[in-house]
Amino acid sequence: MAQVTAPKQPITVTPPKRSITRQMRNEWTAYAMQLPGLLLFAVFTVYAVGAAAYLSFTNYDPLARSGDFVGLANYRAVLHDTTWWAAMGHTLYFTVGTMIPSMVIGLGLASLLNSKIRGLSFYRTAFYLPAITPLVIATLLWKWLYNADYGLLNYYLLKFHLVDAPVQFLQKSSLAMPSVILMQIWLSIGFNMVVYLAGLQAIPAELYEAAEVDGATAWQRMRRITIPMLWPTTIFLVVFQTILGMQTFDQIFVMTSGGPPGPGGATTTVTYYIYLNAFQYLKMGKASALAWTLFVVVFALSLVQFRWYLRQVER
Amino acid sequence: MSTVAGGTEVKPSGVVPVPTVSKPARRRRLKPGTAFKYLFLTAFAILFIAPFIYMVTLSFQPLGDMFSYPPHWIPLHPTVSNYTGFFTSDHPIGRWIFNSAFVSISITVLQLFFNSLLAYTFAKRKFPGRDFLFFLGLATLMLPSQVTLIPNYLILRGIPGFGGNDLMGIGGHGWLDSYWGLIAPNIGNPFAIFLLRQYMVQIPDEFIDAARVDGANHWRIYWKIVIPMSKPALAAVAIFTFQFQWQAFFGPLIILASRQLYTLPLGLALFEQAHRSVWNLIMAGSVVGALPLIIVFFLFQKQFVQGISLAGSKG
Repeated sequence: MAQVTAPKQPITVTPPKRSITRQMRNEWTAYAMQLPGLLLFAVFTVYAVGAAAYLSFTNYDPLARSGDFVGLANYRAVLHDTTWWAAMGHTLYFTVGTMIPSMVIGLGLASLLNSKIRGLSFYRTAFYLPAITPLVIATLLWKWLYNADYGLLNYYLLKFHLVDAPVQFLQKSSLAMPSVILMQIWLSIGFNMVVYLAGLQAIPAELYEAAEVDGATAWQRMRRITIPMLWPTTIFLVVFQTILGMQTFDQIFVMTSGGPPGPGGATTTVTYYIYLNAFQYLKMGKASALAWTLFVVVFALSLVQFRWYLRQVER
Repeated sequence: MSTVAGGTEVKPSGVVPVPTVSKPARRRRLKPGTAFKYLFLTAFAILFIAPFIYMVTLSFQPLGDMFSYPPHWIPLHPTVSNYTGFFTSDHPIGRWIFNSAFVSISITVLQLFFNSLLAYTFAKRKFPGRDFLFFLGLATLMLPSQVTLIPNYLILRGIPGFGGNDLMGIGGHGWLDSYWGLIAPNIGNPFAIFLLRQYMVQIPDEFIDAARVDGANHWRIYWKIVIPMSKPALAAVAIFTFQFQWQAFFGPLIILASRQLYTLPLGLALFEQAHRSVWNLIMAGSVVGALPLIIVFFLFQKQFVQGISLAGSKG
């Protein structure tokens, strides 16, 4: 890099007015560099979005490789599909039920780690370990821990006489979703903690020093400095985890397969239900309509979150 | 421990707060607090690590011991047969590990190359249509992946000339059930492009202008100047991509049919659903599947945390 000598004077070449085609011809290497990426984007995103819109108005059958135009029939079916709206509810339950505890605990651990502490990297690694475990593998492990006959959890619950009979964690409708949520909290605390820790370290120490001089209590410092200064971090985490929550699939597929029987399968999430429609029931038209409905809901949700963000920033 | 107050959020900035009159009383009160803090953190750390230790323990137990009661933390009859079973059982776990490694490394390398090319043109080139294309790419970040899921499946099935397809893309399975189908749709990544572009914009134009004056063409500038100067951002993208692809489940689930081509997460999950009596092999496979990400984390801990704050601040 050192050999590259900068010109003594900045060269200012005022380009003569050129037509767009001339510009395009001059910058052809830029297009050449874009070409592979653009090609992939054109096929797997632009064309795919168009195809998804078209499919949602057909009853496409992947085996026969054909389908007829059915107008709004799929969307009407979606509106009256109680399983779908139950799946929306389950997804919301899962997302919020995971997000709030793991953010609160993550923030708590981050503020404990943000002081002078021995073994910081040990604790940070320990808390982050679940977050870097492949999701399917973590889920398989927890499925074994939850096992009613041989699982570790039931062993300790029975040993300390907290229950009289083994708990059917994944077989009982009322317990299945909380069990999946508990695992997900364990998985996601680490990420929340690392992001909050980065946020905490960005807060100027002078603020705390000034507050201490003014005699602010620990709670007042938390309430008046830490939480307001962490708003951007918190918003990022909420948005990020909402998006992830909407995608929830692996955990459900591996742990419960959408069951046990409840209103529409007590742990059936939106993504799992779309998967069932598209690849098990082979109703790709209806599955596409489901996906677009999801898009509308997610879009509305992010608008709400964005307005909420603006309100907090203005304050 | 008794030096600077442990619980007050004093950052190691070298500014030691001047002890005030009220300080000694406060410090004495904090002492049990500090002990409690370590106790609390350690208890949490144990809770986070215990499942992993149990997983490793199980992976060295014969199947019979796994299904005995009570559960054992230390194997009664330690054995490595679960690991050697990767190569002898009729479920090719060894092959699945290779598939996962091959696919996720390929995607990571291709993503780095093509997305950094795009990011460079978006950051440092001026050509008609640039801002429109960049905006279009950003807009797709809003799109839930469920929308393009079904069309992408059909596109892969219809790739002409592959998998028994004729030139119209009819008759066979195209890129489904092949490495191509796993890799191609995952090369473009708007999030990576965005992250890289934001980083490359900060490279001073003087470097590029100077190289232009010295006669370097755009490819040389990209390869010799922009890439070396973007290493932190490239490292973050590489780590995230590898981590994400190593545990990919949904894509392989719908794309793959042959057991020989399964990736490790898919193999383990389907294996468990089909044969509930192979938990010992599953645990050994899980340990091997969790290791690469843990190793990557230990090697690149700094880039990891940097990357998260990079994503958090730019996202």
